Amino acid sequence: MRAPTTPTGPRIPVTGHDLPPVTTGDATPPAAVPAAGGQRADRLFARIAAGAGGLVLAVMAAIGAFLIWKALPAFSGNSGNLILTQQWLPQASPPLFGIAAIAFGTLVTSLIASLIAVPVSIGVAMFIAHYAPRRLAVVLGGITDLLAAVPSLVFGMWGLYFLIPNTRGFQAWLSEYLGWIPLFRNTLPGVTTAQFGQSLLMAGIVLAIMIIPTISAITREVFRQVPDELMDAARALGATRWEVMRTAVLPFGRPGVISAAMLGLGRALGETIAVALVLNSGFAINWHLTEPGGDTLASTIALKFGEATSSAKGIPALVFAGLCLFAITLLVNSAARLIVARRKEFR
Amino acid sequence: MTAVNTRPSRARHADPGTLRLAGVHLPRWAAAFCAASGAGLALAARAAFGWSGWTTTTVAAVVLFITLLTAWSFRVEGRRRAKDRLASTVIYACMLAAVTPLLLILGYIAAKGAPALSWTLLTHSMNGVTASMPGGGVYAAIVGTLQQVGVASLIALPLGVLTAVYLVEYARGGPFARAVTFFVDVMTGVPSIVAGLFVYSFLLLGTGLRPFGAAGSLALALLMLPVVIRAGEEMLRLVPDQLREASYALGVPKWRTVLKVVLPTALSGLITSCLLAIARVTGETAPLILLVGYSSRINNDPFSGDQASLPMFIWDQLGKRTGNSGTFSEPRAWAAALVLVLLVLVINVVAHVLAALAKPKST
Repeated sequence: MRAPTTPTGPRIPVTGHDLPPVTTGDATPPAAVPAAGGQRADRLFARIAAGAGGLVLAVMAAIGAFLIWKALPAFSGNSGNLILTQQWLPQASPPLFGIAAIAFGTLVTSLIASLIAVPVSIGVAMFIAHYAPRRLAVVLGGITDLLAAVPSLVFGMWGLYFLIPNTRGFQAWLSEYLGWIPLFRNTLPGVTTAQFGQSLLMAGIVLAIMIIPTISAITREVFRQVPDELMDAARALGATRWEVMRTAVLPFGRPGVISAAMLGLGRALGETIAVALVLNSGFAINWHLTEPGGDTLASTIALKFGEATSSAKGIPALVFAGLCLFAITLLVNSAARLIVARRKEFR
Repeated sequence: MTAVNTRPSRARHADPGTLRLAGVHLPRWAAAFCAASGAGLALAARAAFGWSGWTTTTVAAVVLFITLLTAWSFRVEGRRRAKDRLASTVIYACMLAAVTPLLLILGYIAAKGAPALSWTLLTHSMNGVTASMPGGGVYAAIVGTLQQVGVASLIALPLGVLTAVYLVEYARGGPFARAVTFFVDVMTGVPSIVAGLFVYSFLLLGTGLRPFGAAGSLALALLMLPVVIRAGEEMLRLVPDQLREASYALGVPKWRTVLKVVLPTALSGLITSCLLAIARVTGETAPLILLVGYSSRINNDPFSGDQASLPMFIWDQLGKRTGNSGTFSEPRAWAAALVLVLLVLVINVVAHVLAALAKPKST
């Protein structure tokens, strides 16, 4: 029972792999006439199924509740400010810790990643959906899907062993020629090219490479759903290929692109291992992004876990960091979903 | 909508006397010429300014190419075509910029991992092998990964498919169903480390339990669940309603219809989405750091004691990369990374092949 081919809003696939398109939308399947004998079994099965759905709600609530509960000890006995302190010394006496520096690291690396990955992903999606020959598009789509499955640990290793050693010159160049922008200046005295390396900037770039497959897979699906009538209309008016993109494809796909970007941002915010490998630990807010050092909420949890178990405040402090990360990703993802949901109402 | 450009084009016609339907175009070899001259200029600049790395030169070549081509097109073909060319070039460049690092990663892993890969590596554990010794292998890690991911699948796959069944067959768009849909979506964004921290805080923290394999499985199951639900939902919606109606018409109750008609029809699609969900969590490292720990010995019991896993094996060996021990631990880490990537890719390829085979013929 296919819905008639009215132009519908973009459907946002979550997983990114190419599943056959679904056009039935929200059409509800027909209701069964309950057979006399099967009624009890039917009700039982419905309950079990609904219970599985309820479990999702329960788990989400439990994540929030447990993180808040287990983070409570972190609110007392801290000689610093939980939010504003930059150091992370929960094992010291008195304990001194706060999330200022690591929250800064999380936001900055994710922002760099999004700034690079979103435009590139839009380009990739346009290429695959509307520029490439069909066969090449299928191959490229398959490759990007496969790469979305490469473990983040592997991205981190590559960043550490290949990308960073090979881009020292690039970072030094940024610092030398764009150093008048404080963001790019390395202020270490007498810094040489060899001393550039594990900086927030590079962590952001590695994250960008990681989230490009995710964002472009979703954006690609959205661009593919642009109705041919819209594009043909633009072409009939004599639009060049770029004008078709600008006047038909981009406006139609905008909510999908925004939502994909936010999902990518959410992935970058929560990325742990790649960042933990690429960054050189340092708990201070440093706006000079080419200087080595920095940490994120997620990488701190992974890196400081080993030593945290031995002190009273260690684990609660990390749980608090996790709680903040959970809250941030929850916000970003909910916003992404609401944008898509709002679009659906216009159908 | 863009207005049609009615005023005479800026383009200079070769022969003003003849009527031309299309404006003047750049010659076919224009792009190649601009690419060559851009690369040449960049190489010259590299020699002149003494740039050391190749990154700057490449970027300069690309920028020069785009500038040259756009400027030439602007001069000959006019503003709109120049813009079109610029956009095309930028889009092609985006594609290259995205695919190059990704292929570099795969190539680098293969180049670094393949030399260290051996039968010994696959069949031995690290028991008694210190970081500064050669030998040892990933056997214990493979066992651990398979068991942890297996237990996670046993938890997440039935739950996920059941939730999908609820959303497709039973939900009637009420507030509860909408809440489930919304939170499934939001759950896809829960970072793996947060899932790990959550399981740690209710299972291990304050209960006296030591880390064990299945604890990691719980976190992995949390990460798989939303993926399975969303993909399962899409698969179940593909099942034609006529099939359900036919079953109801025969007097079959709904639950039997779901079990005997709907699920078997969607089976191959469901298997595909389950495999993709499994592939997604196979390389997860972050929750395992908190929940499973690492053991150099073979531990065949996921329910007690530290257990190795491929990601944690790599993490452990990378932790020992500095100093003398790096000579042997680094290649081991790369070999394990190659094994992990191959494992994930194989699961993915199998899933995609199944998806292609099961694709419904009529759409």
